[in-house]
Amino acid sequence: MHNEWLYIGVFIIIGIIVPVVPLVFAALVAPKKPNPVKQATYECGIETVGDSWVQFKAQYYIFALVFLVFDVETVFLFPWALSLNQLPMFVVLEGVLFIGILVAGLVYAWRKGMLEWV
Amino acid sequence: MTFWNDPINFIANWLTGLLTGWGLSTGLATIIEYALGITVMIVFAMVLDIFLVWVERKVVARFQDRLGPNRIGPFGLIQPFADIIKLVIKEDITPANADKIVFNIAPVLAATSVIVLWAILPLSSKIFGVDLNVALLYLVAAGALGTLAIIMAGWSSNNKYALLGAFRMVANMVSYEIPMVVTLLIPTILANTMSVQGITRAQSGMWFAILSPLAFVIFFISAIAELGRSPFDLIEAESELTAGFNVEYSGMKFGWFYASELLHAFTFGGFMAVLFFGGYGGFFGLEKLLPWLNNPFLQALVFIAKAMFGYWAIMWIKYSMPRVRIDHMLAFNWKFLTPLALVVLVNTAILNKALAGLPAWGYTLGMFFSNVVIAVITVEILRAHGRKQRKAEKKLTPQMARNQEQAP
Repeated sequence: MHNEWLYIGVFIIIGIIVPVVPLVFAALVAPKKPNPVKQATYECGIETVGDSWVQFKAQYYIFALVFLVFDVETVFLFPWALSLNQLPMFVVLEGVLFIGILVAGLVYAWRKGMLEWV
Repeated sequence: MTFWNDPINFIANWLTGLLTGWGLSTGLATIIEYALGITVMIVFAMVLDIFLVWVERKVVARFQDRLGPNRIGPFGLIQPFADIIKLVIKEDITPANADKIVFNIAPVLAATSVIVLWAILPLSSKIFGVDLNVALLYLVAAGALGTLAIIMAGWSSNNKYALLGAFRMVANMVSYEIPMVVTLLIPTILANTMSVQGITRAQSGMWFAILSPLAFVIFFISAIAELGRSPFDLIEAESELTAGFNVEYSGMKFGWFYASELLHAFTFGGFMAVLFFGGYGGFFGLEKLLPWLNNPFLQALVFIAKAMFGYWAIMWIKYSMPRVRIDHMLAFNWKFLTPLALVVLVNTAILNKALAGLPAWGYTLGMFFSNVVIAVITVEILRAHGRKQRKAEKKLTPQMARNQEQAP
């Protein structure tokens, strides 16, 4: 009896336990002498100003949108790639056409200047 | 079946007999066997990881014309153990402003994301965790988990440098996931399976690195980017962000980030060996003449040697290249790697179909030379582009010279 996903499940559980063990051991043996200066945010010696959890400008926002399209695309391409040997040339070319449409989208974004760092 | 032919199944059968003999149900006995086998495998990975710390420090020392660790034990071999003891007994500082729960989960997740990859790493035809039929998707999923750990660490530290590191990791992931997944499709097409054992078996005659060298190069670059190693080490860029996402970590929590980065590099060396260099086999049909090459222990040695070579190549790049700028990184990916990866994918898909009737040597030559043609065309396009840019710069130069004359 060999159940693959049971194995993966047990692997993940043990994979979580193994990194926790040294951390627990360290918590037991390491010294604990906290003070406000030690616990301050480390920014090269200068006292930190304000909070870091602010609305931050993500300059690769457009890239992330293009990324989403391509990430979904690859999910569709895996079944196509797997059954390529059983498919006739015609269906292979259809897959190529699908990639071509996506490339057209990439070229459009490129020509529109979306792939520039802003 | 003896221990030398099939060690895992031999021990498993023996344990099943022993445990069911004690009156346990078969299901419980299976789980206990799994737990024991997995523990042995993870402990092996961890011991290897400790050894990798020594290799990394020794190799970087040689690259930089130093000696490296050489005091504790022969050739400094005991040094990593001393480092671990030091890390464990160091005070663990949690910043007062940090999000404590996420801050503590992040290093564990970073280590787990690497350890779970060992479940599908085929050390040899008989020594492996599990042979999933969706192994490559599992590889991508576990890789995303490591990215998540770095983002969690950077965000929860409540430190501006750490936050910048986390944001750069998102940019990194957003760009390099695409060429990586597209190049994972190419071994899938060539082997007609996603299982790592199947991909390894499909390469017993010819390595995929020869059938599709460009796919290997793209995978190698995006693997380095995914690992966040130099020249793509923007997430920890010492000279800009002090230590990036792990700036607030100390003691063993930092230790896990460091250890998981090294083990991740080695594991990706292993996957490079599996996907493109025949994994534990790939002797070009030699194993039919010499059956002793099929010994699982010898295969495991071959696999680790190939993975070590991949690890060394990643280190070689790391200590030879300067860091790239983040906008250059994104441009390099979206304007160069992604289109090239898609072209290689289309080429492989069509040629795999068109050359299917040819004998093995014709198929190999066709695949290899189509890649050479794509590489030459790519280089020519880059040359033309560079020439255009240099011309545009030259146009500026007389104007700039005149300005300089007028200035004094």
